[in-house]
Amino acid sequence: MATASVYKGSGFDFSNHVRNEFLGSRGVKLPKATSTGTTIVGCLFKDGIVLGADTRATEGPIVADKNCEKIHFISESIRCCGAGTAADTEFTTAMISSSIELHALSTGRKPRVVTAMTMLKQYLFRYQGHVGAALVLGGVDSTGAHLFTVAPHGSTDKLPYVTMGSGSLAAMAVFESQWRPNLERDEATKLVAAAISAGIFNDLGSGSNVDVCVITKDKTDMIRGFELPNERGRKERKYTFERGTTDFHVNSERIRRLVAEESITPFESPEAMDTT
Amino acid sequence: MPQQRQFNPYSENGGTILAIAGADFAVVAGDTRQSEGYSIQTRYAPKVFRLTDKAVLAVNGFAADGNILVKTVKQRLEWYRHAHAKDMPLRAIARLIQTILYAKRFFPYYVYNILGGIEEDGTGAVYSFDPVGSYEREACRAAGAAQALVQPFLDNQIYFKNQKPKPGQSHPTHLPLDHVLSLVIDSFTSATERHIEVGDGLEIYVVLARGHSAQGLSNIPGAQEISQTDEGERVFVVRRDLKKD
Repeated sequence: MATASVYKGSGFDFSNHVRNEFLGSRGVKLPKATSTGTTIVGCLFKDGIVLGADTRATEGPIVADKNCEKIHFISESIRCCGAGTAADTEFTTAMISSSIELHALSTGRKPRVVTAMTMLKQYLFRYQGHVGAALVLGGVDSTGAHLFTVAPHGSTDKLPYVTMGSGSLAAMAVFESQWRPNLERDEATKLVAAAISAGIFNDLGSGSNVDVCVITKDKTDMIRGFELPNERGRKERKYTFERGTTDFHVNSERIRRLVAEESITPFESPEAMDTT
Repeated sequence: MPQQRQFNPYSENGGTILAIAGADFAVVAGDTRQSEGYSIQTRYAPKVFRLTDKAVLAVNGFAADGNILVKTVKQRLEWYRHAHAKDMPLRAIARLIQTILYAKRFFPYYVYNILGGIEEDGTGAVYSFDPVGSYEREACRAAGAAQALVQPFLDNQIYFKNQKPKPGQSHPTHLPLDHVLSLVIDSFTSATERHIEVGDGLEIYVVLARGHSAQGLSNIPGAQEISQTDEGERVFVVRRDLKKD
């Protein structure tokens, strides 16, 4: 019989799976992951790629984060937008970013978008859709500008304009009516912002701000808060509470002084320490 | 092989409603977004309805059932007017709504109702109902998608829950109109921030008892008078924009 290993294998830890399955069958509600019910898009233009994303993260019908970052770093000129389970998109892109950097170091070449795409799809396919990451991958490399979508099961698409997430239909409607080949940089940026806005205003899973990332051969511009169409107005009242508002039981509760006070009195004439 | 078929006649259309009673007024409010899943069906579907010159009803839940319920209640109130040559009193409307709801005990109207207005003794009142007719008179109530966000805020600000009054002082039992209106507006702008089904527009109905000056409404822009009785009850509506994302 093999002795129990003191080492943890690499990859996911499934040791709670059987227990959780049992708890689930007994009607225990298992925690739900934060989902980025999202609008993410990408679009090809004359000199490169423009990626776009909204900034709302949800837990069911509740807004978990009003200004989250959905355009992730892969390499200097490759970026990846994530929709689906927030943790999965963050960890998957961070892991591929790391692998890409190691790959670039060992080959001595700048990384290619197809390389990142292949690594992502092989990883996602291995987990048969259980890693819930729906991605828009874009970038510029030695072979030109490339734009892909990667679905949670590992299938990929290569298209001149793509959308993903719950707001994908609203965003795609904008692309289908306005996209054309060889757009100028500012035209493409405006189009991407319009597509994201369509998602923000027409899809309840998307909201808040527009983030944009413009990738060209020699420069990548990540613009957080490219448009801020949903800033909160001033409240009607102030809700500060006066000192003594909450009940404080003098007999049963005490405030302890946690900062110890001490004083130091040197009893001989201080001489500088020899630090040579 | 036995086959089973299923049809679900209900859906949930989001949104939130809220009502607060004052000493001699009542405020009933609701957002105007109607949604299903992640889609907006319309940005303007009223959820608050004027029933009489001193009664306003807010309906939230399954919109189709809500519309039919309001239609039924309005019809019953018209019959009452024809039979008795006067409007039905608020507490009688509350009991009427209970019987209408309980009549469908085993195929319920999938709606939460809040009735606000002026009682026969001239006091402001709020009645809240569950979908099968259980009801209660209260000082304030929130219902719908963001109930869990708004009701604790109201408990703190209206009932002063978890707040100790200053020594020798006590909390007010009723708040003035301008104070109540600002709490209503802040409730909805805050619910809009954190709940995806709340937004687009806000409709606030204000029912004033006879003798109440519309003073609290003067610093609220866009207040519009809807009706006025010979005895002096007045109904106003205030419309506000909410965020549309």
